[in-house]
Amino acid sequence: MDRIARRGAIWAPLRHSDGSLNYPRLMAVPSPPETGYLGQAEISGFLASRLTRQRVKERLIEFSMFLCALSSVAITLGIVGTLLLESWHFFANVSLLDFLTDTQWTVLFENPRYGIMPLVAGTVVTSGVALLVALPLGTVIAIYLSEYANARVREILKPILELLSAVPTVVFGYFAFLFVTPILQSFLPNLPGFNMLSAGIVIGIMIIPYVSSLSEDAMKAVPVHIREGSYAMGATRLQTAVRVLIPSAFSGIASAYVLGFSRAVGETMVVAIAAGQQPNLTLNPMEGAATITAYIVQVSLGDLPHGTIAYQSIFAAGLTLMVMTLVFNIAGYLLRKRFREIY
Amino acid sequence: MGDIEIRVARRKRMDGIFAILGLVSTFVGMLTLAALMVDLAMDGSARLTQTFFTSFPSRFPDQAGILSAWVGTTLVMLVTAATAVPLGVAAGVYLEEYAPSNWITALIEINIANLAGVPSIVYGLMALGLFVYQFRLGQSILSAGLTLALLILPIVIVATRESVRAVPGTMREAAYALGATKWQTVKDHVLPYSTGGILTGVIIALSRAIGETAPLITIGALTFIAFLPGPPLKAEFPFVSFEWLMSPFTVMPIQMFNWTSRPQHAFHLNAAAAGLVLMVMTLIMNGIAIYLRYRFRKRIRW
Repeated sequence: MDRIARRGAIWAPLRHSDGSLNYPRLMAVPSPPETGYLGQAEISGFLASRLTRQRVKERLIEFSMFLCALSSVAITLGIVGTLLLESWHFFANVSLLDFLTDTQWTVLFENPRYGIMPLVAGTVVTSGVALLVALPLGTVIAIYLSEYANARVREILKPILELLSAVPTVVFGYFAFLFVTPILQSFLPNLPGFNMLSAGIVIGIMIIPYVSSLSEDAMKAVPVHIREGSYAMGATRLQTAVRVLIPSAFSGIASAYVLGFSRAVGETMVVAIAAGQQPNLTLNPMEGAATITAYIVQVSLGDLPHGTIAYQSIFAAGLTLMVMTLVFNIAGYLLRKRFREIY
Repeated sequence: MGDIEIRVARRKRMDGIFAILGLVSTFVGMLTLAALMVDLAMDGSARLTQTFFTSFPSRFPDQAGILSAWVGTTLVMLVTAATAVPLGVAAGVYLEEYAPSNWITALIEINIANLAGVPSIVYGLMALGLFVYQFRLGQSILSAGLTLALLILPIVIVATRESVRAVPGTMREAAYALGATKWQTVKDHVLPYSTGGILTGVIIALSRAIGETAPLITIGALTFIAFLPGPPLKAEFPFVSFEWLMSPFTVMPIQMFNWTSRPQHAFHLNAAAAGLVLMVMTLIMNGIAIYLRYRFRKRIRW
């Protein structure tokens, strides 16, 4: 005890003349102490109470961190709740059958018709074009980076490639509208200024990193001995990749494809700028058409009163978008489960 | 035997062709990036004068500038960072260090994985229904910042978890052996060691938020703002003001979108200039993140 006091240590509790306990820091040891140091029993009592306080503090911190983690669940509930609630109001006025079967989407017109089909068609065509670009390129890049490129080339190429997904989408929209479309028009003279082809191509290039990175990770995760087995049989790198790695890494590659699809379907600014905002029930990528997302943007840009049917319609459109991605995610999940390889 | 040799030669040739194909495919992506930058620079660099940064938008393309846009972007990012970083880091640390393995934890983890795949415009719809109308925050900087915070929350959580997981268990055991409590261990040992990784993730997340357009249009960001939000500091008591949180706003990408969708070519040049500024901001942030990741990976030896 003496020794501790002499050195002004942190661990010496003091009792003041008014009977209160103090817990002096290194700098704050009063000397001489007013009524002397505490006895052993008092010290352990003091430490015990301090320990209890510490425990309460620990629990409080843990609980508040738990609440932070729980916020992700709250966000999901918020998203689903908002979409369902506003869509509920929407479907009180519009029959679900009309919504799914009508071929016209003219919510902002005099005689509104509420058929989601034209918007779904626009979304399907633009994401279809995007996937036609992104899946082959992404897969080839993944095989190249994981099996062909040496470590140094990979270290340089990968970050540059990933910058593609860091570029703001509105910049890609500008690029599609004012750079890609004029180029396409030079050999497709009938292509209108707003078309789904250029929007789709640009979205496709934009989502390449999503597809290639995840696929590459999946191929990398295949154990080396499986690769070596294939090489030992005399297979080339290409044969190994196509016949051994892709089947083995299938579940990871499928997740990459599903993520790419989700990004393509949810992409907004590129289509809003380059594909036009006119709902158009067509599967021809050479035409312009509004997608679900472009419609939401178009309506939001106007000053839309809260509670009108047009206001509710963007939530119904958003719900449709969510259902589309959900269906694909579930399909991807089932596929992965079916083809999962465990080593 | 001749037959086999021909086959082997053919397969080797295919292999070589594929190597070239792979390189070409990679270059498609990089060429696009380069074309994008060159296109923006060629159209926009002439407009990048000092007045472009200090002028409000205007009906006249050659007088229009991005003052309200970059101020708006800065303020929205402040709100986003102030919300997403504490929330995301706390959630990430909880899931790595504290969470028991029960159904609630499983539910939280599934949620985070799924939120990462939700289209950004859907966050905008939620914010429109919830923040703007339900909580009556209006079409304000606060609503926008919160929206983007929720959008990047999964990125921050995942980055935090990864870097916390990379801290070896021996560090924690050493702290426990000296009598540290769990929180003391986390606060004094685990978090300092994982700061680099968390910072990298936060910067990447913010660089994504800075370019987000759709959710902010959805909550009703204006495209034409010719004034600045109230100043955060005042001369009289209490010296700070949070009036700016409730102010209407515009941000860089929305300003660019607005100029892109006008028919006059002169506005397209403004759009290119704004896009160039936006790209440079994003690239700098990503560059810092890549550098930090590289430095921390090199410096730490367990």
